[in-house]
Amino acid sequence: MLNLHKDHKNLVLLSLIVFVVLSIGVAIIPAYQMQEYEPIPGQLDLTISEKKGLHVYISEGCVACHTQQVRNIEMDAVWGDRPSMASDYYYSKQRMDVWRQSPSLLGSERTGPDLTDIGTRQPSDQWHLLHLYNPRLVVEASIMPSYSWLFRVTDTSYIKEDDVTLPRGITKMEGSDVLVANEEALDLVAYLKSLQQFSMEDAVPPEFIPALPKDIGINETGTNSESSAGASLYQNNCAACHQSTGRGVKGAFPPLAGSLIVNDKNPETLIKIILLGYDARKEYGVMQSFADQLTDEEIKAIADHERSNWGNNAPKVPIETITRLRDSISQVQ
Amino acid sequence: MKNTLSFIIQTTEVTTENWLSSPGVIGTIVLIFIVVFLGLFIFIKRLNIYADLLTKNTKDLTEEEFERRLVNLDKEEVDKILELRRQGFQVTQKQAELTKISSKNSGFIKKIINPKNPLFDEKARSTIKIKISEELKQIVIWYIGASAFWLIFGTLVGQYLGMKFIWPEMDTSSWLSFGRLRPVHTNTVFWGWASLAMIGLGHYVICRTSNREIVSYAWSKIAFWLINLSVFLGNLFLMAGVNNGGGEYREYIWPIMALFAIGIIITFFNFYKTVAMRKISEIYISNWFILASLVWTIILTIIGYFPSYQDGLGETVIQGYYMHQGVGMWFMTFTLGLVYYFLPSSLNKPIYSYSLGVLAFWTQMLFYTLIGTHHFVFSPLPWWLQTVAIVFSAGMFIPVFAGTTNFLMTMRGSWNHISKSYVLPFFLVGVVFYFVGSVQGSFQAFRFTNYLWHFTDFNVAHSHMTMYGIITFLMWACVYALLPKITGKEPPQYLVGSHFWLAFIGLIAYMVSLMAGGTLKGLSWIEGNPFIESVILMENYWVWRAVGGSLMFISHLIFGYNFYLMIRKKKPVGTLLRNYSQSEL
Ligand code: HEC
Ligand code: HEC
Repeated sequence: MLNLHKDHKNLVLLSLIVFVVLSIGVAIIPAYQMQEYEPIPGQLDLTISEKKGLHVYISEGCVACHTQQVRNIEMDAVWGDRPSMASDYYYSKQRMDVWRQSPSLLGSERTGPDLTDIGTRQPSDQWHLLHLYNPRLVVEASIMPSYSWLFRVTDTSYIKEDDVTLPRGITKMEGSDVLVANEEALDLVAYLKSLQQFSMEDAVPPEFIPALPKDIGINETGTNSESSAGASLYQNNCAACHQSTGRGVKGAFPPLAGSLIVNDKNPETLIKIILLGYDARKEYGVMQSFADQLTDEEIKAIADHERSNWGNNAPKVPIETITRLRDSISQVQ
Repeated sequence: MKNTLSFIIQTTEVTTENWLSSPGVIGTIVLIFIVVFLGLFIFIKRLNIYADLLTKNTKDLTEEEFERRLVNLDKEEVDKILELRRQGFQVTQKQAELTKISSKNSGFIKKIINPKNPLFDEKARSTIKIKISEELKQIVIWYIGASAFWLIFGTLVGQYLGMKFIWPEMDTSSWLSFGRLRPVHTNTVFWGWASLAMIGLGHYVICRTSNREIVSYAWSKIAFWLINLSVFLGNLFLMAGVNNGGGEYREYIWPIMALFAIGIIITFFNFYKTVAMRKISEIYISNWFILASLVWTIILTIIGYFPSYQDGLGETVIQGYYMHQGVGMWFMTFTLGLVYYFLPSSLNKPIYSYSLGVLAFWTQMLFYTLIGTHHFVFSPLPWWLQTVAIVFSAGMFIPVFAGTTNFLMTMRGSWNHISKSYVLPFFLVGVVFYFVGSVQGSFQAFRFTNYLWHFTDFNVAHSHMTMYGIITFLMWACVYALLPKITGKEPPQYLVGSHFWLAFIGLIAYMVSLMAGGTLKGLSWIEGNPFIESVILMENYWVWRAVGGSLMFISHLIFGYNFYLMIRKKKPVGTLLRNYSQSEL
């Protein structure tokens, strides 16, 4: 009938048609459907600066190493409070311009951490800038490239009022040189800080598929698992700035090793800093509040870890202190 | 049926305790062993020749043969040889002049073959020079030459990228930064190396199986320049930081990809017309694959770049579809078409089963098209789409089994070719990787294995298993099978041998290190360890990957040199002897 072995026309036509039909079914229709999703009510569009930052993010190829999708499996729960949904991408995944399509933000490799919620996890400008300038200044083992071309070296006397500079000591500037962040760097950081999972009051978010029968050591008794939980919580929440060695980053984040506040017999200041954030001194950057991200048990684990490591030696923090401080803070607010 | 499905798609009850006993993981380990055994098999085959050389008294054989021939020479032949000798003694001892005398009977020893090297030893080869038109020859050489250049350039970039994992501070130039250079590597080897090589070889296949010249060599040249231009400009733009949006293999912006697409469209019409005007009534199975892959790729590129449905996650659906089809409909399909021609022709026998080839063709189209979304399992894409992808990933077994069986059955009984040249080993590795790589890919789509491996370096191992293990090895097999036949020049076996072994061992090192590292990385994530630990634990695996990559890269340099040897104009001494021995003895 079709005589495919001899009729080249039929052969080519048939393979063309079947392929087109399948493609429409498996790609084009679903694509149209996925495009229909609307933003979550209250979700904000990107600002101009954030959008510019997104473009820098794409042209530098950050997507080669960073995903932006929290899958609905439990191991991804560290990257966001809920699995990602189609609506989350409504504003960021729009065609960029005539030449460039909608950015492929979901990514396919996680050489670096997922960035869906990086703005919540890491809201400090200073950290982001230093990290972009040279990731190894803040995360020793990092293999992320340094983006030094997003910064320029200027003489201190030429700095204008709204220039954002990097600390001179740690960036090894000589003479009166200082590093100033270019427009792109600031846009990029603005974009990164805008990456916060939008929490939904009304909608019911999809749930994580539970995977891990083990639970984290916190609920178990026994000092061993407790201290390892503290170490890993510290690693996840504090080490980016204060470093896993507790030595901090000179000129940006103070050391916790030997810190008077950490070693104080009375842990109240330490707990307050963790709960409220901290910005007491000019020579250091800003530390954000952790009250919403950490439970009392977790704060205790972290505090105990800090107070018994890197040569620090102070008694454990009673959980009641933390609960009491948290209550008094929320009353004030 | 219900049971098997649920085992494939299992959504709940994913545990890490017994990850080693998960079917996908076990399957993958078995597959890797297959490849290692294959390497051993080829190695032992080559070693056997060496053993044979030692045990059998080869000297006797050749001497007997020589004597027999001497006795049988007739008068004319003797006169001719004597005349040649006379000429030989007249020249003034200059090497250059010596080589001009087109005979080994000049009385001078021009080349000594040393059979002492088991892996690379020089064996009698049987290059039958095939007469083809100068134009066809030129086009084939152009395409393969450019592809060899892009292979070396692209893998140089790849190797550089691999080293950046170990020394992230190697440079601080924006043009060379990881995020910009990674797509340069992938796009170059895709559109520069594999595509050009395929189209070049395709010209020959279409021509031979249609028993006529290609309709227009001028078109072939236009397509050639368009594709090269697109790769060149595309890379330039990528390094300058202009890309389409970061979706893999869709990084070139549309005006540049359009050059490529036009090149493919021209190639399609050129091939189609040639097939249409063929002088044989049947359309050979290779041409099915080649024409279809061109049609499919044109559609694919259009769908991939057309903007109407690509906002929001629409783009992600298309990305999964595009990136998978790019590999499946373009590289895999076209290459299979080439193998259906070059494998039987290099073994001098017909393909084992024509109908298996036809079955493979239709199932390839059906299943491959449906499984793109398996790159986004657990993502916010619709569940039904993910499930279709996973189920049909299992369906991929059919074309893969059909293809592999067909090729292996064709090779059966010809294993002694392994000892004669490296063409069959290249084919064999490619075919076994076709099986291993595709089946492993299907395993990887299962939910547990996806859970474990997705987002880790394991993916990178998988894509090298397929694009390198399958496509690149098969492409080399075809090149080594074809070029000597049309140019009459063959590179020495020790060079082809070094190419083969360096590439093979390099690939194994590359694959195994990233698979092992990727698995540990996945486990570390499931355990909930701090992320940076998964970066630190990869360190050694990245070193091994770079070692493997270096071997692969060196092998490409050797390939480049071999290519030069196969096409250079000046007649090399060794070949002269051989040509003579074929035509006159
Ligand atoms: C070679 C792969 C690679 C590329 C390219 C890359 N990164 Fe990273 N990134 C990493 C790794 C590895 C880490 C984890 C170590 C660290 O924090 O530096 C990381 C960490 C980060 C973090 C901190 C995440 C966290 O949870 O603490 C941010 C923010 C980040 N990268 C942003 C970027 C941006 C913006 C770009 C593009 C300009 C980029 N990265 C490009 C590999 C990469
Ligand atoms: C974004 C970076 C950042 C992160 C993350 C961070 N800190 Fe801080 N931290 C700072 C900065 C900056 C200061 C100094 C603020 C100042 O003095 O102005 C500081 C100060 C402190 C101090 C006071 C130290 C001293 O001796 O003055 C303590 C204690 C502390 N942080 C504990 C923590 C703990 C515990 C965590 C994790 C839950 C944490 N920090 C996470 C940036 C950070």
